Amino acid sequence: MPRSSVTLRHMRRRHFLTLSTATLGGVLVYSLDRKASLLSAQHKQVRIPLRFFTETDALIIAAAASRIFPSDDTGPGAREAGVAIFIDRQLAGPYGRDRFRYTQPPFEDAPREFGYQGSATPRQIYRDGLKGLQGFHLLAPAAQDEALHKIESTLFFFLLRQNTIEGMFCDPMHGGNADMVGWQLIGFPGPRMSNFDEIDKYYGKAFRPRPMSLRQTTGAKVRPSEDES
Amino acid sequence: MKTLPAVDAVIVGGGWAGLLMAKELGARTSLSIVVLERGPSRQLSDYSTDMDELDYYIRLRMMQDLSQETVTLRHDATQRALPLRQHGAFLPGAGVGGSGEHWNAQVPRFLPDCFELLSKTTEKYGANALPEDHAVRDWGITYNELEPYYARVDKLLGTSGKAGNLRGKLIEGGNIFEGRRSEEYPTPPTKMPYFSALFRDAAKSLGYHPYPAPSANISQSYINPDGISRGGCTYCGFCGRFGCMVGAKAQPTNLLLPIIQKRKNVSLRTGAWVRRILFDSGPQPAARGVKYIDATGEEIFQPASLVFLASWTFNNTRLLLLSGIGEPYDLSTGRGAVGSNLTHQVSVSSATAFFDQPLNRFMGSGSAGILFSDFDRDDLDRSSLNFIRGGYFAARGYGFQPISNFGVLPNSIKATWGSDWKKAAVSYYDRTATIGFSGEHLAYKANFMDLDPVYNDKLGDPLLRITLDWHDNERKMAEFATPKAVEVARAMGAHEINPFPGLRSYDATRYNSTHIQGGTIMGDSPAHSVVSPYLQHWQLSNLFILGGSTFPQNASANPTPTILAFVYRTADAIIDRYLRHPGPLA
Repeated sequence: MPRSSVTLRHMRRRHFLTLSTATLGGVLVYSLDRKASLLSAQHKQVRIPLRFFTETDALIIAAAASRIFPSDDTGPGAREAGVAIFIDRQLAGPYGRDRFRYTQPPFEDAPREFGYQGSATPRQIYRDGLKGLQGFHLLAPAAQDEALHKIESTLFFFLLRQNTIEGMFCDPMHGGNADMVGWQLIGFPGPRMSNFDEIDKYYGKAFRPRPMSLRQTTGAKVRPSEDES
Repeated sequence: MKTLPAVDAVIVGGGWAGLLMAKELGARTSLSIVVLERGPSRQLSDYSTDMDELDYYIRLRMMQDLSQETVTLRHDATQRALPLRQHGAFLPGAGVGGSGEHWNAQVPRFLPDCFELLSKTTEKYGANALPEDHAVRDWGITYNELEPYYARVDKLLGTSGKAGNLRGKLIEGGNIFEGRRSEEYPTPPTKMPYFSALFRDAAKSLGYHPYPAPSANISQSYINPDGISRGGCTYCGFCGRFGCMVGAKAQPTNLLLPIIQKRKNVSLRTGAWVRRILFDSGPQPAARGVKYIDATGEEIFQPASLVFLASWTFNNTRLLLLSGIGEPYDLSTGRGAVGSNLTHQVSVSSATAFFDQPLNRFMGSGSAGILFSDFDRDDLDRSSLNFIRGGYFAARGYGFQPISNFGVLPNSIKATWGSDWKKAAVSYYDRTATIGFSGEHLAYKANFMDLDPVYNDKLGDPLLRITLDWHDNERKMAEFATPKAVEVARAMGAHEINPFPGLRSYDATRYNSTHIQGGTIMGDSPAHSVVSPYLQHWQLSNLFILGGSTFPQNASANPTPTILAFVYRTADAIIDRYLRHPGPLA
């Protein structure tokens, strides 16, 4: 059963995810806790308060997201972007409890073209999915890949993969894409007020302005949906 | 139930159609007018910080809240319908401005023969040219009658583009297959994203007639006849599914709301959920007003002398069915018109093309792009085609964002996660683009709407049930479009191309377009239509129905200019004739 956020807040022992600061050019900016803090390479660890996951859950999700979107020769991945923190917040918010989905019964099986017809919310899907991944974060990468291949066709994996991409490339205010590592990876500049002068001047050539977040661009304290009731 | 003082006019729905009617009647008469909008209020300043793909594009913050109401779907009348529990094939908006806030602002007109589709097709190709099970009808109006109102819409929106048929003179560089225009576009074409420019050159090299897409994201500053001033588009790329941060996109909140708000005779109530239209039957049948639940949950009766339904295709149809107005369509007998002629659109990505060079596709707007309509014209040689009607091809620079576009890969790449997938997806991220095709959807007897027997909305009223599937004509049209688009993509220099896999059964999970029409169609006689071409209900002459629900079948083009042209025409007829002599206009 899903626990309401009220229950979470009042009855649950607070969980934290402890991350080590992977190095990316020696310095990393983490905006994981929405207080952007510059951490030098000397800082070895950072503790992030969790809203939905237990610490073990978060370690499992972080490990799985990291196999889906690895940190490798191509560049940073889910670990540097803080994807597990992003997913934790999404599940704690309206998305996690299906605030905007039609959830009246009866629930029936249906062909794929009718869209997801189940009653389980993303929170429940993750809870069930996590049960099948106990100890996942302790496995070697090859064994982790094998475990993920076994669940590839599940709804849980579908959501995890989708949420991992979201956490890689969302605006940093949502807790993912820390230091805009995802945007830097693919050359997306984030929200820009104007491309008027550039749109027809870079035909065939890469135009790669330095990424800026929504808050940096607008100077406004924008409130993300996961903070709404 | 609380009864409010009567007003002259009540308008259900505060989107493009409802607010344009409110503006016209409100500014040109002293009628007391109330607009009821069930969503939240919106204003331009809301959009100064909305450039967030996750909350707006992915979580769909501007769309209807499906936890309150959705529709059910079945492919044919033998199946049990299931609710569409999340958004997918179409994205109706909620709140003041409706879908007109989050649209892409693509504003082509319908072809002249669309309005006389049954008679023109029969005349030209014989009685058997249309599929046996079709329900195609004439609209009861011609393009030439509507053209002056189209011109007014272009001026209202400040549409950017280039005429291809100016008072009968064909002009290269515009759409030479379009209907005759009385005037040039108010503003010149938009700037072109790189991909669109490649498409234009390739299409030209293949002998097609590419032209700049008509755009209501305007190319330069413009003051419309109402005195509303807007700046030009900045190509920020946050367009469809967002409100416009700089107000360059035509939206009800920037073109209509400022005028309405200045008028003391017009009021706008948000959070007002209309459940029924109340009416008197008898020798002089008439609508009496509407019953709604206000934001506090109280039930209210708003009496009115004129009732306008302008709440999008689904809700217009549903309110007539819930209120017991008119005869519901019966598939087995063919009797009744309410709910009939449900159409969508053949809107597909015919070719997804992969290039060697970067495309900078984060820059753009929802309507900056190039189209060609060589297969969307009334004089097309059909001798070698196995379908009728057609559509236009498009290469638009929507402004592509990473969550929704990362991981689109050539079919030759099989990985869907892990290092190999990531490497390919990163490499292709800015080198991928699609050629779209937008085609007509004929009306069929078997595609219709009625009330669902099982599923209800938040208040306990039955959901609307849609019975909808593609037929062979649409499947063959999409099949025809694919190799044409692939050929253009190859001429653009794409090194790998994914062709559209084909239309099978109607797929509620694939975004198609938010252009769903029918249910309360217009026509030249009450026998098979709900309203006249003045959008006036045939039986309740003080009830008018505005929007795509009045289209007998869908065209290839995007519907908003046509919807607005009809609203202008109806407003004129009400002001010039109906107010003096209430009664049937047709």
